[in-house]
Amino acid sequence: MAQDDTPRGPETGSGAILPGPPHDGADDPVQLIDQHGVRRPHGHYDELITDVDGAALRKLYEDMVVVRRIDAEATALQRQGELALWPPLLGQEAAQIGSGRALREDDFVFSSYRENAVAYCRGVDLTDLLRVWRGNASSGWDPYSINMATPQVIIGAQTLHATGYAMGILQDGADSVAVTYFGDGATSQGDVNEAMVFAASYQAPVIFFCQNNQWAISEPVGLQAHVPIARRAPGFGIPSVRVDGNDVLACLAVTREALARARSGGGPTFIEAVTYRMGPHTTADDPKRYRDANELEDWTARDPLARVATLLDSLGLLDADYTDSVKATADAIAAELRQGCLSMPEPEPLDVFKHVYSAPNSWLDRQQDHYERYLASFAEASQEGSR
Amino acid sequence: MTTMTFGRAITAGLRRAMEDDPKVILMGEDIGKLGGVFRITDGLQKDFGPHRVLDSPLAESGILGTAVGMAYRGYRPVVEIQFDGFIYPAFDQIVSQVAKLHYRTQGAVRMPLTIRVPFGGGIGSPEHHSESPEAYFTHTSGLRVVSVSNPQDAYTMIQQAIASDDPVMYFEPKRRYHVKGEVDEGMTGPSSDMGRAQVVSEGTDVTLVTYGPLVPTARDAAVAASDEDISIEVIDLRSLAPIDFATIEASVRKTGRLVITHEAAQSGGLGAEIAASITERCFDVLEHAPVRITGFDVPYPYSKLEFHHLPDLDRILDGVDRVLRRPNSLSALTGEGAAR
Repeated sequence: MAQDDTPRGPETGSGAILPGPPHDGADDPVQLIDQHGVRRPHGHYDELITDVDGAALRKLYEDMVVVRRIDAEATALQRQGELALWPPLLGQEAAQIGSGRALREDDFVFSSYRENAVAYCRGVDLTDLLRVWRGNASSGWDPYSINMATPQVIIGAQTLHATGYAMGILQDGADSVAVTYFGDGATSQGDVNEAMVFAASYQAPVIFFCQNNQWAISEPVGLQAHVPIARRAPGFGIPSVRVDGNDVLACLAVTREALARARSGGGPTFIEAVTYRMGPHTTADDPKRYRDANELEDWTARDPLARVATLLDSLGLLDADYTDSVKATADAIAAELRQGCLSMPEPEPLDVFKHVYSAPNSWLDRQQDHYERYLASFAEASQEGSR
Repeated sequence: MTTMTFGRAITAGLRRAMEDDPKVILMGEDIGKLGGVFRITDGLQKDFGPHRVLDSPLAESGILGTAVGMAYRGYRPVVEIQFDGFIYPAFDQIVSQVAKLHYRTQGAVRMPLTIRVPFGGGIGSPEHHSESPEAYFTHTSGLRVVSVSNPQDAYTMIQQAIASDDPVMYFEPKRRYHVKGEVDEGMTGPSSDMGRAQVVSEGTDVTLVTYGPLVPTARDAAVAASDEDISIEVIDLRSLAPIDFATIEASVRKTGRLVITHEAAQSGGLGAEIAASITERCFDVLEHAPVRITGFDVPYPYSKLEFHHLPDLDRILDGVDRVLRRPNSLSALTGEGAAR
C-alpha cells in the first residue's frame, strides 16, 4: 500500500468544495515539498515562490533549525529549574517560519503563546522570549518594537484584537495586514467566531492563521471540529485554504497569497495549517497519558525539517560546510538565550504596583505607600537588632 | 449655559470629543442611523460618517475585542453597551484584556477605551435591562469606573473619560436620561475632575453617599429630612474606582455618621467597600456603624416589584434614622431608637 503522506483532519464523507484559492480538492492540504523531500509542482502556488532559490531555501531551513534549537534550549532551561514553564513548538517550525517569513515589517502579529518562531521572525530579542516563563514580567517585549503583540493566554481572544487592528488599518488607508495565530482548540471559542464575523463584515485586512496541531492539551481536534477546520471560514464569507503545515514552502506561499489579497482590499483569509504538536502542551503536560506513541512516529516521518534537508541534499545544497555553519549558528543562539535567561535582572518588590494605570490612582497609591512602609519596617527592625 | 437633558448632554460631549480628536471613534449596536436605543449617538454618524460611528455586529465580546485592536492601532474607541445586562459576554475582554494590557505590556500599550453602559432600573423593563453591574468592574484593577448623575457631569465627564489614557467604564443612569439641567460647555478645572466626589448638598448630622441614579433621590431625602431639623450632607461619588475617600472622610469627620445607598445588590458591593474604608479611616469619630441602603441580593426583579428593590426616599430616611438612633424599622431588633 502506497504511503499516504497527506496530513488529514477528521473524516467527514462530505464532498463540499471550498470557495477561495484554487487547490487540489477541498480538504487536501496545499503541499509543495512532500514528506520525502520531493518538490511537488503546483499550478497555482508555484508562482508565489519563484524568488525562493537555493539560498532562500537554505535560509528557511536554517531558521527552522535555529527555532528548534531555541525550543530545545528553553525546554532544558525549564527542566533545570530556570523557567517555570515553557510551551514547546516542536513540530510546528514550518508553519511558523513559512508564515512568519512572508510578513512585512509593518504588518502586525497577534499570537497565542506557542508562536516563538514567529517572534523570532519578527526579530525578537532572545531574552525577551523567556521573561514571562521565568516569571520576571507579564510580557516580554514592547509590542510596537517588533509589531507583534505579546503572547495571549486567553484562548482565541487575540483574534478579535487582530481584527480590530485591521479595522484600524482600513481607517488609516494603509496596506499593512494583521495576522493572528491560534490553534485548533481556539476555533471552538466564541471570540474566534466573532472575529470572523467582524472581519468579514468590515472586510478587514486580517489573516486567521490556524495551526491545527491536532491536540488542544489532551483533546483531539475531532472534539473541536467535525469537519476540516478550514471549511468553517467560507460560512462566514471568508476564503480559506488548507495547507500542509509541515511544509515551509507551502506555508510561505499560502500566506503570501493571503497577504496580497488583504493588501489589495480583498479582505480576510483563513489558513488552516495542518501540523502536529510533537511535544507536550507545555512542560507541565504529559502526552503519554492521552495519545498513542504510534501517532508521534507517523508525524515524525512528516518532520518539517527533515524533508527540507532531503530536498536541499537532492539539490546538492547540504554540504558539510553548510550544515556545520547552521549548527554553529543555532548553538550560538542557544548559548545567547541561556545567558540572557540566567542574567535576567530580578524585578524590584515595588514593581508590583507599576503600570496598572497610566496616571496616579488614589487607591493604588495608598496601598503602595503602606506597603513601602511595611517593607521599610523590616529594615528598621534589622537596624535596631544590630545595635 | 445651555439647558439640556441628561441624554443630550452626553451626545454633546461625544460630539465635542469627536471634533477635538480624529482618533475618537464610536462602536456599538444600533448606534448609527438609529442613534442607539436611547438615541445618545443621534446624528453623529450622519455628521462624522460611518467610519467614525460604526454599527457593530451583535456580539459584545466582538465589539470590545475589536475595540482593543483599534486601541492598539492608536484609536480611542468609545463603545456603547446597549443595556447593562448585555455586558457579560464582553466581560472577559474587559477584565482580561482592556484592564490588563497596560500592566501586561509594562506601559507600552495604552487602552484609552471608554465603555458607556446605560445602567440601573426604574423604567419598567423586562429582565437584563435594569442591572447595576458596576461592582464587578470596580473590583477589577486597571479600570477606572465613573457614574454620572446630572447633565453637566454627563457632558464634562464623557470628555474626560475619552481623554483618559486608561480605560474608563462610564455608567449612565438610564432613568435620568430625560432630566434637564444647565450645562456650561466651557467648564474645566479641578472641581470638574471626574476623579473627585462632589458634595451636592451640605449638612452636619449625617453623610449620605451615593452616585448615578440615586443622587436626585438622596437630595430629595436631604430636603425631606430638613423638615425634621436633620441636616444631611449628600455626596455624589462620580468616580466609583477609585473612590475619592478624602472627600467622604472630611464629611464623616464632620457628621460622625455614614449612610450609603445604591441600586446594586448589597453583599460584596460598593457600599461594603465604602463602609469598610471609612471605618478604617474614621473609626475614632463614628457615632454609629455605617448603614447601607441598597438593592437586595436578588436577580433584578420583574417590574411590578422593582420599586421594592430600589432604594427610595423613605428607605434612605429609615437608614438615616438608624445612624441617628431615632425610631426606625429595625428598632425592635436593635433596641436603638425604640420608644422607652
